[in-house]
Amino acid sequence: MNGARVEWIGGRKEKGMGLEQLHSDGFLTARLDDVIAWARKNSLWPMPMGISCCAIEMMATASPRFDISRFGSEVMRFTPRQCDVMIVAGTVTFKMAKVVRKIYDQMPDPKWVISMGACASSGGMFRSYSVVQGIDQFLPVDVFVAGCPPRPEALLNGLMELQKKIERERTFGLIPKRAPLHIPEPTA
Amino acid sequence: MNQRIVEKLSSLEQGVVETSEEFRGELTVTLKAEAIVRACRMLRDDPELAFDMLIDLTAVDRYRPEARFEVVYHLYSLNNRRYLALKVHADEDHPEVPSVTGVWPSANWHERETFDMFGITFSGHPDMRRLYMPEEFEYYPLRKDFPLMGVPDSLPLPRR
Repeated sequence: MNGARVEWIGGRKEKGMGLEQLHSDGFLTARLDDVIAWARKNSLWPMPMGISCCAIEMMATASPRFDISRFGSEVMRFTPRQCDVMIVAGTVTFKMAKVVRKIYDQMPDPKWVISMGACASSGGMFRSYSVVQGIDQFLPVDVFVAGCPPRPEALLNGLMELQKKIERERTFGLIPKRAPLHIPEPTA
Repeated sequence: MNQRIVEKLSSLEQGVVETSEEFRGELTVTLKAEAIVRACRMLRDDPELAFDMLIDLTAVDRYRPEARFEVVYHLYSLNNRRYLALKVHADEDHPEVPSVTGVWPSANWHERETFDMFGITFSGHPDMRRLYMPEEFEYYPLRKDFPLMGVPDSLPLPRR
């Protein structure tokens, strides 16, 4: 179990790694939180919210060359009801923001958001009346990926960072699923 | 040829052509706004001129007290391979120009975009609504007095 803390009970001291003992004893114990987090982080289903050129890099990330399925995230679904991570890839205008939020609202919990690229994260080069200067103004973003557009490796890195974050989440424990995001108010 | 165009436009009615200017062989004619539809129909239907294609229709905000806006028409003749630019003026108080959708149907969205960005209404347009901005938006973004980053809170975002 990659990353999850696993303790063996009743195993005999034998040579070799734990898996042989697991086989001989036929069971293992782990914290339920760890198992749930491990299962969640390795089967993220992305909602490809491809709005502009970043979407091309997102598609390349799904291609065999970069192969997002190595991280269990190859099942891109075009319906929000089957997704749990939204990859916002592109420039979000004020008019589009309502649509993005509506799609996000239709995704079942637990859900996460990756803000891919400069435009989604900060408005990018579009310092303009029509472009939202960062989607964190209306969405709870988990990971920001820098780049214009980010290379597929950068998106994969963002996905791995998100996996690390999900691994720390507790369903039954004391740590809340999503720590509140603190955005300092701009001082005028 | 350019001389012929100006002559034909002038012969429509007294005072239709306000000014005309030639730069590197390409002609720009400023017309009276009331005559724009008649002038366009003549330019399209005249077999010698045959400006059958509307390349672009947009506006310029000159930001001056008189005749603040200029609506610009770029025409092209496929047969003669010639361009022609037309201009009409519009006031700040009631910027209104007759629509040329009856002459070139492609003017429809161009005029809607010009209305959206400059607030110039085109009388006789079949569907004079905003094209890009939300319908409840109250400002005209390409006017010179519109701030670059927009008017705060004029475009509502969903709640976080």
